[in-house]
Amino acid sequence: MLASDDEILREAQAWAEAGQMFALATVIETWGSAPRPAGSHLIINRDGRFLGSVSGGCVEAEVITEAAEVIEHGAPRLLEFGVADEMAWQAGLSCGGRIKVYIERVS
Amino acid sequence: MLRAHLAALNAAQAARRAAALVTDLENGEQRLVPEAEFASDPLAEAIEERLRLGKSGIVEIAGRSLFLLVRVPRRRLITIGAVHISQALAPMARLADLDIIIIDPRSAFATPQRFPDVEVIAAWPQDTLPQMSLDPFTAVATLSHNPKIDDPALAMALEAQCFYVGALGSQKSHARRLERLCAAGFSDAQLAAIHAPIGLDIGSVSPGEIAVAILAEIIATMRRKPPRAAKAFSSKL
Repeated sequence: MLASDDEILREAQAWAEAGQMFALATVIETWGSAPRPAGSHLIINRDGRFLGSVSGGCVEAEVITEAAEVIEHGAPRLLEFGVADEMAWQAGLSCGGRIKVYIERVS
Repeated sequence: MLRAHLAALNAAQAARRAAALVTDLENGEQRLVPEAEFASDPLAEAIEERLRLGKSGIVEIAGRSLFLLVRVPRRRLITIGAVHISQALAPMARLADLDIIIIDPRSAFATPQRFPDVEVIAAWPQDTLPQMSLDPFTAVATLSHNPKIDDPALAMALEAQCFYVGALGSQKSHARRLERLCAAGFSDAQLAAIHAPIGLDIGSVSPGEIAVAILAEIIATMRRKPPRAAKAFSSKL
């Protein structure tokens, strides 16, 4: 489903009203040809269900994994992603850009 | 984020009002700044600049890193004339994340059958536009090709400083349109804001192709130029 940031925040409110625990990830800074601008959102619930995107698919898996920790412990996290390097298992952006993503619990 | 902040951001959006959420990246503290409080906020300058650009981002103030999430009203496109071009334009505009409303007093044109899943209003623009509070985040495209229908909408769009105002018609019919609007009291500077003949010049022929040209011109106006929207918005604050 193609969701705008407005739709994501509306869906987030629906999740909150249904009493779900979830995390909100937001792109807060970008350099170079980052795929999604600052202010782009991704919401992730406890079961790993998610809506939105922070990079167009490159680093979502990593953000979703971190979100589980944020939902569990409540402390926000700041992640930075850059160009994918030789450590193939590390999430990276093939476009050559860099982004910072802030993940917080909605409570 | 507090649920209350989330609800407030969504409520502002629904009411076509701007809002900002300030997050201290050191300690996660957040506060919400509604549109009515922008001018009196300690971060007024930074917030206004971000709104002008329509971009969220980090500001460094007194050794603190603050993330400003700025939310402006959703961009929408109001199309005058429930014509063939509008039928192509409606689904395209939606894909480009614009809300679309179509207005045409001719009830044979403005039917839900011709525009499935689109808000179509069978009324005169001058009767229905005042209730829509046109603003600098609204685009208006007049496509009916009938001055009785198009002109009043153009006048209202110019007065409201809509971020895009475009009118279908040849150079010749646009010259006559300018004469009429000039006689109605609009200045040359105001009239220069009308995009006419409407759409980027890509040699469009079919209604679908013309719709592409119109949508491309709207996007270019929105993304490229120092947004008129933002300037008008600042003067409103």
